[in-house]
Amino acid sequence: MNPADLTAITHREQEARGRHRCRVLCCSSTACLASGGGAAKDGLTRAVKLHGLEKNVQIVNTGCMGLCSLGPMMRLEAQGEPDTLYQRMTADSAHQVVDEQLVPYFQPGHTPTEAESEVGAHDFPHLRASLSQVRLGRGLDEHLLPQDMPFFTRQKKIVLARAGLIDPERIEDYIAHGGYTALAKALTQLTPEQVCAEIQASGLRGRGGAGYPTGLKWNHVRKADGPRKFVIANGDEGDPGAYMDRTLMEADPHSILEGMIIAGYAVGAQHGYLYVRGEYPVAVKRLEKAIRSAYRQGLLGDDIFGTAFSFEVDIRIGAGAFVCGEETALMASVEGQRGTPRMRPPYPAQNGLWNAPTLINNVETYGNITAILNEGAAWFAGIGTEKSKGTKIFALTGKLNHTGLIEVPMGITLREIVFEIGGGIPGGRQFKAAQTGGPSGGCIPAEHLDTPVDYESLKALGSIMGSGGLVVMDDASSMPDVAKFFMEFCVDESCGKCVPCRVGTVQMHRLLEKVTAGQGQAADLQKLENLCRLVQRTSLCGLGQSAPNPVLSTLRYFRHEYDALVANGR
Amino acid sequence: MADVTLTIDGQPVTVPAGTTLLKAAAQLGTAIPTICYHEHCTANGLCRMCVVEVEGQRLLQPACLVPAAEGLRVQTRSERVARSRRTIGEMLAASVDLSQAPELQAQLADYGADPERFPEAERRARPVIDDNPMYVRDYAKCILCWRCVQVCAEDAQYTFALSFDGRGYNTQIGTFFEKPLPETACVFCGQCVGVCPTNALKPKREWLLEQGQTPDEIMAQTRSGRRRKRG
Repeated sequence: MNPADLTAITHREQEARGRHRCRVLCCSSTACLASGGGAAKDGLTRAVKLHGLEKNVQIVNTGCMGLCSLGPMMRLEAQGEPDTLYQRMTADSAHQVVDEQLVPYFQPGHTPTEAESEVGAHDFPHLRASLSQVRLGRGLDEHLLPQDMPFFTRQKKIVLARAGLIDPERIEDYIAHGGYTALAKALTQLTPEQVCAEIQASGLRGRGGAGYPTGLKWNHVRKADGPRKFVIANGDEGDPGAYMDRTLMEADPHSILEGMIIAGYAVGAQHGYLYVRGEYPVAVKRLEKAIRSAYRQGLLGDDIFGTAFSFEVDIRIGAGAFVCGEETALMASVEGQRGTPRMRPPYPAQNGLWNAPTLINNVETYGNITAILNEGAAWFAGIGTEKSKGTKIFALTGKLNHTGLIEVPMGITLREIVFEIGGGIPGGRQFKAAQTGGPSGGCIPAEHLDTPVDYESLKALGSIMGSGGLVVMDDASSMPDVAKFFMEFCVDESCGKCVPCRVGTVQMHRLLEKVTAGQGQAADLQKLENLCRLVQRTSLCGLGQSAPNPVLSTLRYFRHEYDALVANGR
Repeated sequence: MADVTLTIDGQPVTVPAGTTLLKAAAQLGTAIPTICYHEHCTANGLCRMCVVEVEGQRLLQPACLVPAAEGLRVQTRSERVARSRRTIGEMLAASVDLSQAPELQAQLADYGADPERFPEAERRARPVIDDNPMYVRDYAKCILCWRCVQVCAEDAQYTFALSFDGRGYNTQIGTFFEKPLPETACVFCGQCVGVCPTNALKPKREWLLEQGQTPDEIMAQTRSGRRRKRG
């Protein structure tokens, strides 16, 4: 493989695309598959075959299109027509799309639109009516989804730019969308120092939640001494309600892989591990396929792009422990040990996997790398706020009209996310709080809706950016209940190594149970708060240190609810 | 290695770089309480009893792991530290039977811990495992210091008979698939019994004596056992 081969593959892909007048993209992410996307796609395939349109209509599996609550989603691309988006597709409605839209589209007499004339619609004399002129039968109009919804227009997609538009299982499709050009550029035009400098200049910060400057981390590992070094991608996402990483891995596995290979070049590593949680079988399958095809194309293995740089990537699958998202526990798990964290420092950059210097980033962080190298650090630094650059993916869930996966520029306000992108609260209820950062984060009440979403602002409010889970609660939610829910999660997920987390989470949960059952006393609240501080300052790893956050943050903004429970019972 | 000078509780002390705060404090005669730490085991800093205040650090730091560094200012018994140790002791007392852990009892008393402060916890009540002639395992007394697992593995014996089971509050030391010890790699070296701080692991003879058996009765049992084996 050399850089010119990428262009050749792109041309071949475009030619193949041109042979089909029509493409139907079917979301095949876990969310849409769970809501019946497989059956809808089968229905579509049957209908296309029935009408003998296989040669004209290409059916493509893609990753997430975003609006998961309205899935299964499909997108119809017909040459000379604006794209059409469909929601809640079934086998029947897919049949209808073919019967009522595709068949007339391919009928003789279709007047080519201007755009079609340009692309040479004389090749297709049988085209009849424009899709928008086709009268839809009863029911199908309900499946149309306007693309000018704020849900789509208010987003800014960098990491998810290709999600929902390419087939994640075909490396050629990724290459045709500009894939692996950033790697080619890094390997053939830039030194490792320059790559690190570019990432540092972009202002990119870790997307796993803590927000450590990525370029700085890369430089630490680059400068660390060691005969071998490792690169790890952390795909062990586990916050309740969060599925950004899963979706990214399912929708665009090659972008993560490319980011990792570039990172390997930049820090001088020879080997990379993709750590994916075991509950993500679709992501694992697609990543495995991505790795295989990258090897086949010579993008992994020896002498990539004819340079002296060689890189290997393996997948490691988690066994269902939330704590393995913590970097030292993750590395223990990769080594085959029990997944428990250890004291930091030493940080992985000095002493990581098998005691070698190790770069460990979240998969979303790697997803940003190609765009930064392709578009330039200055472009990236122009997006977002002063200290938080670029975009962030959020899994928008809870009491919202539109839930799904969104990518927004840093600095957007919570109000815009909730009321414009999310479409507000259903059932005429009031917004009460948004929870970010899962069990390590906190809630943000209505009076802070206009806070810009960036690392510092969320921290100042007692929450964290986190990995991107954003759960919205309405006025029917009890905040002590929310705190109890997250504490129960921490009880289940504590690894049991250090005493404060192992015993403290259980104690805090017991106290919350007592309080929410209306059997608590003021002294219990006092004890709870004291325990929170203790666990925060003495726990061994981030899980324990942050486990009290949901309690402390709900106590900070909704203390009256706790007081009422203590005063009145329930 | 170069020496570094740091201040512990206001007193300057010079130690080789890399010395832990625990050892540096010991050099000054300051004892920092520890539970999981053992001279001959890899320190894990997991009991959090030895946490100290290091100036400039948001969180308390485990003295058994943190290396001394030039100019470090450490407080081994600040208000925050004392409160943390007291609560950690109280939480341990609430979850484990510490009746045969005199060192721990002394620490609890030293910090004024109230063992009844957390009445909501359920004690870990496990039956005593008596599956071999050498020692019994009473995990109701286990505080999970990890020492037995470590001496069974790379800290001493390289036998790897002991391991972990479960997680979080339900973590327990055990054997693979809960097999009786004679069916594991265990060679009955006794290292684990030697490092156990709470008497959760106890020589069988001692245990039988506690059960009220006389030395003669115990000897009779072993004699008949040996005869059975020979016959």
